[in-house]
Amino acid sequence: MTDKDISAELQTQVEQAAATQTPLTIQGGGSKSFLGVRNNAIALDVKQHSGVISYEPTELVITARAGTTLEEINSTLLSQGQTLAFEPPGFGAEATIGGTIACALAGPAKPYLGGTRDYILGCRILNGRAQNLKFGGEVMKNVAGYDASRLMTGAMGTLGVLLDVSIKVLPRAERDITLAASMDVESAIDKMQALAGLGQPVTAAAFIDGTLFTRLSGTETTTNAAAHNLKSMVGEKTDNSTLWQQLREHSLPFFQPQNSQPLWRVSVPALTRPLDIEGEWVYDWAGMQRWLISDAPAALIRSTCEAVGGHATLYRGTEEMQRQAGVFHPLPAPLLSLHKKLKDEFDPKGIFNQQRLFPEF
Amino acid sequence: MSQALFKDETPALDDDTRSTLITRFLSFMDDESVLRDDEDLYPYESDGLAVYRQKPPLVVLPETVDQVQRILKICNELNVPVVARGAGTGLSGGALPLKNGILLGMAKFNKIVSIDENARTAVVQPGVRNLAISEAASDYNLYYAPDPSSQIVCTIGGNVAENSGGVHCLKYGMTVHNVLQVTAVTIEGELITVGSMACDTQGFDLLGLLHGSEGMLAVTVEIVVKLLPKPDTTKLLMAAFDSVDTAGDTVAEIIADGIIPAGLEMMDKPAIVAAEAFAQCGYPTDAEALFLCELDGTEEEVQHQLQQVEALVRKNNATVVHIARDEQERMQLWKGRKSAFPAVGRLSPDYYCIDGTIPRRHLSRVLQQMNTWSDEYKLRIANVFHAGDGNLHPLILFDANVEGELERTEELGGKILELCVEVGGTITGEHGVGMEKINQMCVQFSSDEITQFHAIKNAFDPGALLNPGKAIPTLNRCAEYGALHVHHGELPHPDIERF
Ligand SMILES: Cc1cc2nc3c(=O)[nH]c(=O)nc-3n(C[C@H](O)[C@H](O)[C@H](O)COP(=O)(O)OP(=O)(O)OC[C@H]3O[C@@H](n4cnc5c(N)ncnc54)[C@H](O)[C@@H]3O)c2cc1C
Repeated sequence: MTDKDISAELQTQVEQAAATQTPLTIQGGGSKSFLGVRNNAIALDVKQHSGVISYEPTELVITARAGTTLEEINSTLLSQGQTLAFEPPGFGAEATIGGTIACALAGPAKPYLGGTRDYILGCRILNGRAQNLKFGGEVMKNVAGYDASRLMTGAMGTLGVLLDVSIKVLPRAERDITLAASMDVESAIDKMQALAGLGQPVTAAAFIDGTLFTRLSGTETTTNAAAHNLKSMVGEKTDNSTLWQQLREHSLPFFQPQNSQPLWRVSVPALTRPLDIEGEWVYDWAGMQRWLISDAPAALIRSTCEAVGGHATLYRGTEEMQRQAGVFHPLPAPLLSLHKKLKDEFDPKGIFNQQRLFPEF
Repeated sequence: MSQALFKDETPALDDDTRSTLITRFLSFMDDESVLRDDEDLYPYESDGLAVYRQKPPLVVLPETVDQVQRILKICNELNVPVVARGAGTGLSGGALPLKNGILLGMAKFNKIVSIDENARTAVVQPGVRNLAISEAASDYNLYYAPDPSSQIVCTIGGNVAENSGGVHCLKYGMTVHNVLQVTAVTIEGELITVGSMACDTQGFDLLGLLHGSEGMLAVTVEIVVKLLPKPDTTKLLMAAFDSVDTAGDTVAEIIADGIIPAGLEMMDKPAIVAAEAFAQCGYPTDAEALFLCELDGTEEEVQHQLQQVEALVRKNNATVVHIARDEQERMQLWKGRKSAFPAVGRLSPDYYCIDGTIPRRHLSRVLQQMNTWSDEYKLRIANVFHAGDGNLHPLILFDANVEGELERTEELGGKILELCVEVGGTITGEHGVGMEKINQMCVQFSSDEITQFHAIKNAFDPGALLNPGKAIPTLNRCAEYGALHVHHGELPHPDIERF
């Protein structure tokens, strides 16, 4: 555990880069460098800027420097029986909290407990003018000024360098249990959606290889009671306690395809029927986040998703594919134009993470 | 902040532009939808912050998206500001009309377009009342969670613009956590859709950005909200204490114990007495503080947590511990809290509602300081408090007819907000900055931060025509306010001349 504030050094580096219009790649632990188009710009290393700045369990808030590892955050919270409810994947022990917020990835609990953007309370950033700016705060309710912290969440570092972040935390459930039942995909989709409407303590539902897995979280009494109530619908308890972590961290065998085929992340509205795209599928987020291993053309995958109101991300693919197809789903013209204008307002020289998010900036 | 301080310095809309606007609007809207006579305009002169008044030169009441697009295009072309208005219950002057602009009333957008029982979503127009959504969803055993106390009248469009909360937002979140998608019209008349019907969206979180943007980035014309299943079981526990500190500590212990109540609302003695007199809801009027702790979920979950909470409050020597016997009594106990504003309003000719958030651990310091100021200013203060999330609503009692009392009230209000910032909180938890707290923005934010806010607005509205002058102060204004907000050891606004 390191505790170091290098914001002044980072500010100088950004200042120089802005002055010389030198592109920078903002880098934390590098655990998510596979996501988004890579570039060869000079790295701005934020990893050294680390340490928990404050943690108030009774106020449900933690503030940490961006380079603090996700592992350190998780263990700090665990010591007080708390957790990041959006279950961000680490994809490696090096993952930092800055990268976690910038990428805004969320684990299986997302449809039930919310995503990264639902837990960000505030942040301090360096914008492209090397100004040190603080938005939001450390309190749960705050509507002073535009919500720039949410804007930074998921911006993949294109709007500025996250220096420190304040995040809402929640009590960790006393225990989780998992139920399993085999069924076909159609009934799994319906059941997963229906489950969340029953007021039961469901915190994850996934359909993998012909089996519907349902996670219940709470105390021993509440989870047992819920398991009893839901038995006829989604099956018996299983022992598969690492399933959710494996799903979140992509360590299930599904995620290691034989011939390095691309992995797509497909995000679709509730109750979307199985999509007509050739490939292997895993359904998470009650069917709203689907993982697809497929050689189908990118254009086909994207148009099929778009037709149902969803979008598709080329999650893991070769650099060549990433450049050709783009990693993130292209934006409609009016939104792209707003994105470019916002980018200009935060990073007028365009130095941060060029083309990491969209080829246009 | 006062009426005396609130002066719209901009020149009024000139007669020529006004008649051009009328002619052009009437080419696609009927006569009753373009209000222009004084008697029709006066009802719109203020929002929920009634001490600020400005008669709008023109009020338009569109009923289709196409009309909104055309109105905005015309205003953009003629360089005329536009203030959107929902129900006008906003408490910070966000929907206060401008002398040189039109008021865009969204009241006719009052339809619930559809409810999807299985996806648990509702598509609604912005002028739909907050409570109407839950009423319509009730047939499917669903409801819309955010419940501002004004929910009978306030609109969902206003809720998005303010990112409104309610007594249940500790567990269920603010408006931003309960909206999936917003369709809005930019000042150029372009229709944009942010967010999506899926579980997330690619690109920047523009949906998050529009929440709480106080009508300054775009005009909302359609909203998709999430609906939740009504909880199986709901229990309400009332606990009274002989000191505010103990009540506050108990709140912290409940949360430390791993419980997130559906609602956790605290009141101090003046608020308890006022609410009891108003609603006869059974509050112990001799208590220094009480809180209402609502637990919901499955039967087992609620029973378990209720036992934990009861044990905690007893351990902390609560003077009264009472669990609502039935639904009727539960509603009765809530009624006192939910009518706290009008209840306090009956004690005094006028009251002024403040909306700061603080880290809860500083509660007793903040309350003590308020008491000192209350004596100093000779103004009574009653406190209602969203205790779970630190959102404080001090209500200052005053009489506007007493010379200088409004000004003193506003000065005191401003001081309380600045104290919230000092202890690490914020000047507004849910009511927005509007016109009211614009000076305090200079205390909370540095000039670089304020400049970045203007830059965000510039990306959407380069001509600064959507609700200009609200929410984000100009740097000149901050310099005038003279707030010495020292940021990173520098003097604030070094770039501005000081006189
Ligand atoms: C008695 C009382 C109790 C209250 N309790 C609470 C509470 O518990 N929690 C809480 O958060 N608030 C509360 N409020 C404040 C207020 O009700 C909320 O801020 C509410 O969201 C305002 O909605 P409205 O429709 O009245 O909006 P208005 O007051 O008409 O407008 C508010 C803002 O929204 C903008 N706006 C409105 N419609 C649109 C649109 N379609 N597109 C773009 N911008 C738009 C306006 O320009 C303005 O800036 C209370 C107010 C009162 C009077």
